[in-house]
Amino acid sequence: MPNTKDLRGSVAIAGVGLAGCGEAPGWTENEIMAAAAKNALADAGLTTRDVDGLVCASVNAFLTGLSVAEQLGIHPKFTDSTCVGGSSFVGHLLPAAMALNYGLCDVVLVTYGSNQRTGVGRAEGGKFKAMLDPQAFEAPYKPFNPMSSYALSAARHMHEYGTTRTHLAEVAVAARKWAQLNPEAFTREPLSIEDVLKARLVSDPLSVRDACLVTDGGGAYVLVRADRAKTLKKKPVYMLGCGTAHWHRQISSMPDLTVTAASESGPRAFEMAGLKPSDVDVLELYDAFTINTILFLEDLGFCKKGEGGAFVSGGRIAPGGSLPVNTNGGGLSCVHPGMYGMFLIVEAVRQLRGEAGERQIDNAEVALAHGNGGVLSSQITALLGTEATL
Amino acid sequence: MSTTGPEHDYKQKLAAGRFEIQICGACGKHVFYPRVICPHCGADKLDWVAAVGAGVVYSSTVVRRKPEAGGDYNVALVDLAEGPRMMSRVVGIEPTGVKIGMKVKARIAQGDPAKGEAPIVEFTPD
Ligand SMILES: [Zn+2]
Repeated sequence: MPNTKDLRGSVAIAGVGLAGCGEAPGWTENEIMAAAAKNALADAGLTTRDVDGLVCASVNAFLTGLSVAEQLGIHPKFTDSTCVGGSSFVGHLLPAAMALNYGLCDVVLVTYGSNQRTGVGRAEGGKFKAMLDPQAFEAPYKPFNPMSSYALSAARHMHEYGTTRTHLAEVAVAARKWAQLNPEAFTREPLSIEDVLKARLVSDPLSVRDACLVTDGGGAYVLVRADRAKTLKKKPVYMLGCGTAHWHRQISSMPDLTVTAASESGPRAFEMAGLKPSDVDVLELYDAFTINTILFLEDLGFCKKGEGGAFVSGGRIAPGGSLPVNTNGGGLSCVHPGMYGMFLIVEAVRQLRGEAGERQIDNAEVALAHGNGGVLSSQITALLGTEATL
Repeated sequence: MSTTGPEHDYKQKLAAGRFEIQICGACGKHVFYPRVICPHCGADKLDWVAAVGAGVVYSSTVVRRKPEAGGDYNVALVDLAEGPRMMSRVVGIEPTGVKIGMKVKARIAQGDPAKGEAPIVEFTPD
């Protein structure tokens, strides 16, 4: 019987690309997606002519796999468009790796684009979504979602473990300091703990500075079998492990608001990779809100449950700290077009290739990319590594 | 299969002034929100039972809103005495006064039919 460990190192990311990050007025979602796809393929030394596997996700399009293939002019032999929220593009590693391993296709393009910031009709679209996908047992109480759901988690974490708004602010400030080292980050002006603490509350205890950006942007990566990756132009970044877990859709159905399903997805990924948290050189964690980073550091085993607030204090996850987290500036300060998971992978790959400029982590060999989807719902952990980790 | 689904039936009961939740005939656990299959054990033997109406605030947030838009309001997660958790709101107290661990009791808010609002369960401090 096949073993999940067979997937370790079997496929590699051969190309990554971004497009339209920040503001891309006048661009449709699929056009931004296509521009990002072109950049990722060019990075790998390939073109759309080489792509025979397609993986994508959208929170808007009904038949996104079809639209994306049509837009790009490709005729895929393998298509997957699983959408579990912002974590989707991390999770896409698994079906793509399986398809490649079974020879269903040879070059998989994983691609995403969004014009969430400048696109028209967002409010109207929200109303249609609420009608088509009703949350009948939450919507009548008008939670300001997704933020209120994360606020309920943060409030409970504070109650149980003494986590403070200052701890949350440490996360926002660390992300901003990384963003200041990243010329592609959207928000780079200085941000202090004080600034975060006095920012306007939106859903207590979370303020506007505890929340991710709303930007446009697209990203893509190209996945091939390991042997093919060695023949392409960039240093391959291997998939060492990937694990998924989800326990709820709505926050009212989350069993314990201080423990996410990352406590399952993380161990699954580490087991496949044969690694442990202390082996990780750089972390990219889906920081939709400041509480996320604290929860994921705990649930992925980088500190004990309840100690995340103290753990991030004193700049530990900021540039110069002992554990580099969200080195591009994260969803809080770099880019967040609605589903940030793609950008976790892109930054992890750049770090492992040594392409991250001023923010480069020395000798980065193992990167962890952790995706979050819904309201702390879908949790997907990936471990990526250089050739030295095989 | 009964003539209508559990969500429909729950709303009909609320409209008739009754807050009922489900209990599983196989594992004995209570279930909310109303479902077809017991999320605890997988059985499809869910029956209706009147909720005790007692709860404890599990978590709470204040959604900040401009006064002219209606002002701040509370959104809470309440653990029912029977076990299940539900999203609701605690009223009859300042939104910021709602604290985790606070005992609360259920009542049915009628909602404004003109705004398309159906009756829902809300809580007051006990
Ligand atoms: Zn049962």
